[in-house]
Amino acid sequence: MGPPLESSFKLRELMAAHYLCGRYAEGAVPVAWVTSGAPVELLRPYGFHVYYPENHAAICAARHMTKDLCLAVEETGLSRDVCSYARSDIGGVIADRTPVGGLPRPDLLVACTNICQTVMYWYKDLERRFNVPLFVLDTPFIYGEGRAHDEDYLVRQFEELLALCERVSGRRVSEQEMAHGIETGRACSMAWRDVLELCRNRPAPMTAFDAFVHLAPVVSLRGEPGCLEYYHMLRDELADRVAKGIGGIENERHRLLWDNLPIWFMMRPLGRLFASEGFNFVVSTYTNAWAETAGLFDPKDPLRSGAAVYSKIILNRDLKHKRELILRLARDYECDGVVMHSDRSCKPYSVGQYDLADLFTREHGLRTMVLEADHGDPRSYSAEQGELRVRAFMETFE
Amino acid sequence: MSVAAIGLDAGSTTFKGVAVDKTGAILARQLEPTKTDLSRQAMDVLGRLRADAGAGDGVPVAATGYGRKMVGGAGRVITEITAHGKGAFHLAGRGLTLVDVGGQDTKVIRIGDSGRVEDFAMNDKCAAGTGRFLEVILGRLEVGYDQVMGLVQKAEGRVSISSTCTVFAESEIISLLSQGVPVEEIVYGVHRAFAERVGALVRRLGSPAEIHLSGGGAKNGALVRLLGEQLGAQATVLPEAQFVGALGAAISVS
Repeated sequence: MGPPLESSFKLRELMAAHYLCGRYAEGAVPVAWVTSGAPVELLRPYGFHVYYPENHAAICAARHMTKDLCLAVEETGLSRDVCSYARSDIGGVIADRTPVGGLPRPDLLVACTNICQTVMYWYKDLERRFNVPLFVLDTPFIYGEGRAHDEDYLVRQFEELLALCERVSGRRVSEQEMAHGIETGRACSMAWRDVLELCRNRPAPMTAFDAFVHLAPVVSLRGEPGCLEYYHMLRDELADRVAKGIGGIENERHRLLWDNLPIWFMMRPLGRLFASEGFNFVVSTYTNAWAETAGLFDPKDPLRSGAAVYSKIILNRDLKHKRELILRLARDYECDGVVMHSDRSCKPYSVGQYDLADLFTREHGLRTMVLEADHGDPRSYSAEQGELRVRAFMETFE
Repeated sequence: MSVAAIGLDAGSTTFKGVAVDKTGAILARQLEPTKTDLSRQAMDVLGRLRADAGAGDGVPVAATGYGRKMVGGAGRVITEITAHGKGAFHLAGRGLTLVDVGGQDTKVIRIGDSGRVEDFAMNDKCAAGTGRFLEVILGRLEVGYDQVMGLVQKAEGRVSISSTCTVFAESEIISLLSQGVPVEEIVYGVHRAFAERVGALVRRLGSPAEIHLSGGGAKNGALVRLLGEQLGAQATVLPEAQFVGALGAAISVS
């Protein structure tokens, strides 16, 4: 493994402060619980403290709490086939357990279907538990380039969402305030993109496993000034590494692309395993998802441009788009191979991976492997078999 | 010929070892059930191979198999995938699709004409489609491996086992037995279910006109035949089928 990033200390501080604020948010500011694909830029100007159950679930997974939280909800009858983020979140609500000290009760729930349909049922469950308004933002799946009337449909939903935000927060937001919110959010996403793009260098100054951790602010704090400052700091540190030729791992021999969410509870052992043979994950479709459509936001026309930003992300588009995206990233980042995490919990992300893997191997000369696991539930991963597959995959490069 | 290398394959069910000369010809072999103390077993097997082949302490040793990390004294440790790839390529002398039916897992490995492993697929976190599946089911039916071919030939093929999960299949079989279904029909159904499962794994890597088999499962003629039928491919059992991994390990250091 390479030397630790100095910025990590600041990251811990930033995220700890976020969750600490959350503990005191209830009653002080309106609180919204939102999905990772929700248009937070539209909510921030209303003064919401925004809490991301998915980010929290990732923290629970990295701290090996997921199994117990899942059991709390499985005991009530929810199937193990449901996403482990949903299970650990609802389980945490039932058991009143969190590693971050305490979570604020929501005043508003916003679920956007651009990442999956599960979020709709998950948030309906939360709606019943908390008895607060739920807004489901329905983003029609895009085949090909999308349709104009889908964009109109999204704009209308945004208008309804803004009216609801106004009612829940008791606040009106001017056009200038909204434009400022959009601009700050956009700047955060662009800064994140700049951070990721530094990994095009050889050696890449950080691994995708690092990026999974440093992703937290652009997910949870997008549009907050602290987020932007943080990514400027990280960008500078990485640029310095590039100038000095310091890599995210020692002796980068092969460059890989990671597809799908991380296996949060196996990040360290997997990172070490790949690094031990000089394999560096220099890019991932997952971290790229928060940079992918960033440039499309237009502060002058937040709703129409927002429709593109929130519908044109990887999980809301067809397999052809995913194929082209992976090929472009693999080319831009000079990857020799692709590791596809077939995530038992994230079916929309995992569908088509075997076909893509075949295609990449046969037609594009990329070595590929599919690793079957789960982003949160350790019961869906066999460490011994996983390591065997990874080692065998690495041996094919010799 | 003098000994050039020794390969040990610490499998989940059997422990295999070979000593080879510099052409890869096997000079000595060992095969026994895997024991709990793998390090000790590895030393014992190594000692016997050295004695049988007249190898000195300086002969390089490589290990593979799920217990590979427990083999002390191995100069090289490689995965079963790479080992089987090397062993099968050496035996066949050309590119091939290898199906290795082992005790704990079943591997399908596509080996290119240069001998490189191009792609591989394995059963997921489950015993379906592995030697253990057949072991459990045949044990339940009180049928020995040597009886299988005779029973399958006798069967009319009117029973299909829908579950490939070892545990569920066992319950299904108990139910069939209680209905008075003849044992040969069940044995046939089980083998066909097995062939379907392994066949799907093969198709993940393509549609080969010929497959080669190795591992303990390759000794099961009924399985070989049904798998060939399932895939519409010629199924050929490699010579030294149970030693392919050990041989590949030895070749990797010879």
